[in-house]
Amino acid sequence: MPDVDLSETPLRELNRALHALEPGTNETHWHVANPAGRHSIAVGLDAPVTVEIGGNVGYYCAGMNKHATVHVRGNAGVGLAENMMSGVVRVDGDASQAAGATGRGGLLVIGGNASGRCGISMKGIDIVVGGSVGPMSAFMAQAGTLVVLGDAGEALGDSIYEARLFVRGTVKSLGADCEEKTPTDEDRSILADVLSRAGVAADPSEFRLYGSARRLYHFHVDNVDAY
Amino acid sequence: MDAPAPKPPGTLPRFSATFDPHTISEIRRAAATGIYDIRGFGAKRKLPHFDDLLFLGASISRYPLEGYRERCGTEVVLGTRFAKKPVELKTPVTIAGMSFGALSAQAKEALGRGASTVGTSTTTGDGGMTPEERGHSSILVYQVLPSRYGMNPDDLRKADAIEIVVGQGAKPGGGGMLLGQKISPRVAAMRNLPEGIDQRSACRHPDWTGPDDLEIKIEEIREITDWQKPIYVKVGASRPYYDTALAVKSGADVVVLDGMQGGTAATQEVFIEHVGIPILAAIRPAVQALQDLGMHRKVQLIVSGGIRNGADVAKALALGADAVAIGTAALIALGDNAPELEAEYEALGTVAGAYDDWHEGRDPAGITTQDPVLAARLDPIKAGRRLANYLAVLTLETQTIARACGKSHVHNLEPEDLVALTVEAAAMAGVPLAGTNWVPGR
Repeated sequence: MPDVDLSETPLRELNRALHALEPGTNETHWHVANPAGRHSIAVGLDAPVTVEIGGNVGYYCAGMNKHATVHVRGNAGVGLAENMMSGVVRVDGDASQAAGATGRGGLLVIGGNASGRCGISMKGIDIVVGGSVGPMSAFMAQAGTLVVLGDAGEALGDSIYEARLFVRGTVKSLGADCEEKTPTDEDRSILADVLSRAGVAADPSEFRLYGSARRLYHFHVDNVDAY
Repeated sequence: MDAPAPKPPGTLPRFSATFDPHTISEIRRAAATGIYDIRGFGAKRKLPHFDDLLFLGASISRYPLEGYRERCGTEVVLGTRFAKKPVELKTPVTIAGMSFGALSAQAKEALGRGASTVGTSTTTGDGGMTPEERGHSSILVYQVLPSRYGMNPDDLRKADAIEIVVGQGAKPGGGGMLLGQKISPRVAAMRNLPEGIDQRSACRHPDWTGPDDLEIKIEEIREITDWQKPIYVKVGASRPYYDTALAVKSGADVVVLDGMQGGTAATQEVFIEHVGIPILAAIRPAVQALQDLGMHRKVQLIVSGGIRNGADVAKALALGADAVAIGTAALIALGDNAPELEAEYEALGTVAGAYDDWHEGRDPAGITTQDPVLAARLDPIKAGRRLANYLAVLTLETQTIARACGKSHVHNLEPEDLVALTVEAAAMAGVPLAGTNWVPGR
């Protein structure tokens, strides 16, 4: 179980060591101490290992993650798990803006709140937020599932494509072309699966579903007021 | 009976310079449809350009090099600031970013083949990297765009360099739209979107805003790629001094500056023709920023937007660029707007040489389309050969001019080798009006 103290080890060295791991490595559980809000910790991982980070992290922690599990025992800065491909990223505390941005797969679990633009341009990632999300979350969200146990800020799902947005609390406002939908059995099943994988005990029937009205899928002058 | 009085001489019908025939046709089109015109290509109107500059050549006070004999180097190394593996090119002419989606897979393959033949790079675009492109490009630059369509860390690691696109010359400040008719199953899958719908390419990056964030973003990409690959930052020419300075401050290895003549796959006509500045006006401020920071030739500068021949290349280099990029010219070399297809262009309501509806996916040349029947018309091997020939000519022409100015390397060209034909060009390029020692503003 490698322990890396970022007060002594350069970040570049940590990331390089993590990148050098082969899929069959026996160094499968890493501890990172004293992150001190550093940016780009555990980015670009591509092996089925677990990295536990004991504290707050800065921008882009676990960016472009594949296969790995990254657990942040603190808060996270901007762009947490951006463009994540697979694996699991967990943050015990809050996350700043653009958490899970453009993520294409995997599971992102934020224990606290997430700031604005959570799930922006998400492309297949599943995101579970224990608290609330800020404005413009799921902006241009293409695919995947965003689950919010708390409330959502202004303009949720603006210009959304095919992502599913489940919110248990209130939604301040919906963005352009986003509407409330009646969940199907498939939707409920997807929500239950995401909650289960996130380890969150919540009743799927308490959530409302939001998705695309698909009125802006083809540019048309009649929709000009929406742009 | 008297003969009829002779008709008095009349004047010819006179078209307005303000309301010229094209303007009138656009007003009529807008009135009929209620929507703005979208097209490909770059700015088409007359702009101050490299044609407004001339090289002085050698004379009694300057000593030329022998053509066909004495060496005139053309190699360029990009990314020497931070990257462990800089990009080494044999010619200072590169291929600009153009997406699979906007272009057919055959066209992307042909670009790779042509560029690789002459030892230069090609560049991905919105939509990600295709195996055809990677397989046929010996040096491939991978773009990180606001949409992040097809963004994949595996492809990031496969790339030879990475280009963070902030903007492009045809539409600084604008995003893009790939219309539904070009969204084939393959394009849709690469972009994680349904087939057949219009796909909006964002104008802002989703996870950073401003130069302080960009610096952190660049660091993230360097960490993911273990500081191996050069990182370019591409901007549309609008405020070139400040954008260049901020790109350098953010940690770029290379700044890519695209003037308003630079091509686009699909943008509003009004945007193409009225936003941004010509590349002629942008190079000197960008070079000045690099010089003020002590980074000229340390952070390399690639310029693009209307490069057509070796004279344009040589003039860009003389003004301080390290390399140029071509897009529209490369497509023409592949076969775009070929006169042999005149009948088909006429069927589309245009003529060879003016075809710019690249967004519609009906390109008879098989280049700007995803229609499998049309795309199959383009032979990537033959088209790649045409591009290689063209790139070779650009390089030879650049060398010809450099030798005439007495330079043993094309990077030795300098502003002192140039004069301007117009006051405007003299002011923009910072070189004297021909026959004078007057540089406007100095």
